[in-house]
Amino acid sequence: MHVPMKTSYNEDIRLIRQRGTLVWYALLALALLAAPFYLGEHHLSQLSFVGIYAIAGLGAMLLVGYTGQVSLGQAAFLAIGAYTEAILQKAGVPFAASLVLAGVMAGLTGAILSLSTARLAGIYLAIATLAFAFIVEEVLTRWESLTNGSLGILVKRIQVGGFTFDAEWKFYYLSTGLLVLVLWLMINLLRSRTGRALTAMRDSEISAQSLGIHLARYKAIVLALSGALTGVAGALYAHRIQFITPDQFTIMASVELLVLVVVGGLGSLHGAVFGAVFIVMLPQFIVLLRDAFGISSTYQAGLDAGVYGLLMVLFMLFEPHGIYGRWQKIKLYLDIFPFYRKATFRRQRMFQKSEQLR
Amino acid sequence: MTLFEGRNLDRRFGGIHAVRDVSFAVEEGEIFTIIGPNGAGKSTLFNLISRIYDLGGGSLVYDDRDISRIAPHKVVGLGIARTFQNIELFENSTVLSNLLVGRHSRGGPALWQELLFTSAARQSEIAHRERVEDVIDLLDLQEHRDARVGGLPYGIRKVVELGRALASQPRLILLDEPSSGLNPDETEDMSYWIRDIRSQLGVTVLMIEHDMSLVGMVSDRVLALDHGEVLAIGQPAEIMANPRVIEAYLGG
Amino acid sequence: MQGLIEFTQMIISGVATGCIYAIVALGFVLIYKASEIVNFAQGDLMMLGAFLGFSFITLLGMPFYLGLMLALACMALIGALLDRVVLRPMAGQPVFAIVIITIGIGFVIRAVVISVPGWGTETYGIATPYSGGVTTLGGLVISNEHLAIIGATLALVIVLYLFFRFTMLGVAMQATSQNQLAAYYVGVPVKSILSMIWAISAATAALVGILLAPITFVHVNMGFIGLKAFPAAVIGGFGSLPGAVVGGLIIGVVEALAGFYLPEGFKDIAAYVLMLLVLAVRPKGLFAQSVAKKV
Repeated sequence: MHVPMKTSYNEDIRLIRQRGTLVWYALLALALLAAPFYLGEHHLSQLSFVGIYAIAGLGAMLLVGYTGQVSLGQAAFLAIGAYTEAILQKAGVPFAASLVLAGVMAGLTGAILSLSTARLAGIYLAIATLAFAFIVEEVLTRWESLTNGSLGILVKRIQVGGFTFDAEWKFYYLSTGLLVLVLWLMINLLRSRTGRALTAMRDSEISAQSLGIHLARYKAIVLALSGALTGVAGALYAHRIQFITPDQFTIMASVELLVLVVVGGLGSLHGAVFGAVFIVMLPQFIVLLRDAFGISSTYQAGLDAGVYGLLMVLFMLFEPHGIYGRWQKIKLYLDIFPFYRKATFRRQRMFQKSEQLR
Repeated sequence: MTLFEGRNLDRRFGGIHAVRDVSFAVEEGEIFTIIGPNGAGKSTLFNLISRIYDLGGGSLVYDDRDISRIAPHKVVGLGIARTFQNIELFENSTVLSNLLVGRHSRGGPALWQELLFTSAARQSEIAHRERVEDVIDLLDLQEHRDARVGGLPYGIRKVVELGRALASQPRLILLDEPSSGLNPDETEDMSYWIRDIRSQLGVTVLMIEHDMSLVGMVSDRVLALDHGEVLAIGQPAEIMANPRVIEAYLGG
Repeated sequence: MQGLIEFTQMIISGVATGCIYAIVALGFVLIYKASEIVNFAQGDLMMLGAFLGFSFITLLGMPFYLGLMLALACMALIGALLDRVVLRPMAGQPVFAIVIITIGIGFVIRAVVISVPGWGTETYGIATPYSGGVTTLGGLVISNEHLAIIGATLALVIVLYLFFRFTMLGVAMQATSQNQLAAYYVGVPVKSILSMIWAISAATAALVGILLAPITFVHVNMGFIGLKAFPAAVIGGFGSLPGAVVGGLIIGVVEALAGFYLPEGFKDIAAYVLMLLVLAVRPKGLFAQSVAKKV
C-alpha cells in the first residue's frame, strides 16, 4: 500500500492528494470534453442525465451519506427547483439568475422544514420528510394559478444572451460543467470545519454537541444545502425534459435518489456519480432483461417494480457499501495481493449502535 | 482560585433521586476525582455539568459565572471539555479528523468561504492542524494519525478521545473513567498523561475513576459519592480510610 | 338538529377511516417495538392480504369467514418468512438500510401482484355477508362496512390487549420489545418471538385489507393508504400500541373535518401537516415516554 510521507499541512487539504490519481482524472476530463466527438445524440443525452442525477444525488449524499439524516422527501426539493425555474423563465428572468434562485428557493424550503425536523432523528426524520414531500406535491397540484396544476408547464430551452442550448452537446457541456462545479464545492465543504461537523453528527450526536456543534443549526444548514443542490438539479431537469407536472415528483423520485446514494456507496462523492450512472442505465438494463427472457411488455410495470425492489433488498443485504465500496475492495485486493483476507472488510455496524440481537 | 463550583446540585429521574444536594468546588490547577460505587450518580453529575441533563435544582458556577442554563453546545466554548465513559468517537473518521472536530469550538471561516475554500479558509485549516499536531505529539499518536478510529484498539481510542477533548484547548477537562477498559500498562500511561495535562498544559482535571491505585497516584482531592449524596471530600488517603466510604463500597 | 346529525355522521365516518389507519399503525408499532424496524412495506402487505382474500372468497368461492381466516394465515406465514429471510440479517443496521430494504420488499410485493395471472392492475370487489346494508340509529345512518371496521378494530384491540397481558407468549413478546438482550438472558426465544410478531403484524395487515375491500376495492395501489398510517403511528408516539390507535382515530377525524370545512385538497395532506406540527412541538410524538441515550 502507498503510505505517503507528509511534509506540510497543505498536503492533507490538497484537492488531489496523489500524483497517480491526477493522471487518471486528467484522462477522464479529456474523455468527457471530447465526448460530443465520438458519442451519438442518445448517449450524450444519457450523459446529460447522469450530470443532473449526480447533482441531485450529491444533495442526497450530503444529507444521508455524510450527515446520516435519512430523507424520503428529496423529490420535493427537485420539484421546487424545477417549478421555480419554469415559472421564473416564463416571467423573463435570465437563466443565470433563475438557476441560482431555484437553488435558493429549494434551500430556503429546506431550512424552513428543519424548524420542524431539527430535533428529529432516524425514522422520525424519514417520515417527516416523506410528509413534507406529500404536502409539496399536493400544493403543486392545487395551486393552479401558479403551476397550472396537473396539466403541467412547458419549459423552453435555456437561453443565455443570444446563445440557445438547442443541441444535445450544448446541454451536455452545461450539465457536466455544473456537476464539476458542484463536486468542487462539495470537496471544499467536506475538507472544512462544517463538513467535519456534519460527519461528526452522523457518528455521534452527543459528542458532537459536547464539542460545540450546535445540532439544530447544522441540521438546518445541511438540509438547506442539500435542498439547494437538489433544487439546481430540478431546474436542469425541467429544461432537459421541457415539460413538468407534479406527478414527476412523487415519492418514487425520492426513493430513486435514496437508491442512488445507497447503490453508489454511502459517504463518498464517487458514490453519488456511480449511483447516477447506475440509475440512468437501469431502465435500459430492464429492457434488455425483458427481451432476453422474452417477457411480454404487458408485464413491464411489474418488471420495473420487481427489479427495483430486488436491487434495493439485495444491495442492502450483500453490498451495503455500494458500488464504490466494491470498487475500493477490488483496488485493495490488487494492492495487497496475495494478502487479502475476507475479514479485511468485515461488515461493521455502520453509523448507529444498537443493542438488538442478530 | 476556585475554577468550578457545583452548588446544591440536584436531579431526579422519575422516582430515582440520582443526585441529591451535591456541593463541591474545584480549584484551578487541581486534579479532583469523584469516586463511588456503581449507580452512585457520578455520570449523572458529569452530564449535569456538561448540560446534557437539565438541573433539577442548584447551580453550576464556572469562572465566577453562573452556567446553569447555558446551551449544551456552548459549554466547550467556555473551556470545559469532556470525555465519555464508553468512548463516543466518530468511528468512521480518521484520528486526525476526530481531533480536528475537537477544534470546532475555536471557530472558523464563514460557510461561503469554506465552500469556495478561499485563502482565509485555507489559513484557518492550517492553523487548526498546527494545534492538532501539538496534541498528537503530546499523546504520541503520530503513527495512528490517518487510521480510521473504528479499527483502532480500545486503549488507543481512549487516548484519541482524550486528545479530542484537549484539542479544544480547555481550562477544565472532565474525564469519565479514563482507565476503564485499559490494561495495567495503559492505565499507567494514562496516569502520566493526566499529570502532564495539568503540569504542561495547566488544565484543571475533574475526573470519575474506579481504579483506586490511579486515584491515589494522581488526585489532589477526592469526593466520595453514594446514592447521589456526598459521603466525604478530602485527601485521597483520608477518603480511602474513611469508614463510611469503605462501607459504601463493601456493603453496596 | 339536522346539522348535528350531519356532523355526527361525518365524525363516525372519520372514526371508521381512523380505525383503518389505527390497525395499519398497530402493525407498524408491533414490529417497531420489537425490533426497531419500521416496515415501509406494511401497506403492500395489506394489499397482498386483500388480493389473497379476493382469490379465496371471490375466485375460489369460499365462504367469507373461511377465506378471511385463510388469508390471515397465509399472510402470517409470509410475515414470518420475511423476518427470517430478509430482515434478521439486518438487525442492528442503520435506519436508512431498514427503510430501503422494507421499501424494496414493498416493490417486490407489487411486482408479484401485478404479475400473477388473474390479479394484475385491475380493480376487484369482495362480496361480504354484510355488504350494502345500513344500520339506522336514531337519525343516524351508518353503513355496515363502517360498522364492521369499527367493530373489528375494537375486537382486535381487545384481543391484542388480552394476549399481551395474560398469555405467556404475549408477556414474552413484551419482554422482548422492552429489552431483547435481557429477554434472551432469561430464556425467551427472542428470534422465534420476532418471527411471531412479524406474523401477527402481517395478519393484521391482511385484516385491514379485507375490511377495506368493500369500500376502496382491491387494487395494486390500495397499499398507499399505509402511508397515511405513518402520521397516525408518529402522532401516537411510535412505540405505543394505545398511541397508535388514538393516533389513527385522530387522523381519521381530522381528515373528515378537513374534507368538510377546508377547500379541496386539504383533506389529503391534513394528516401530514398535523404530524409535522406535532413533531415540531413533541419530537417523539404525543404518547412517547422520552428515553435519552445513556452516556
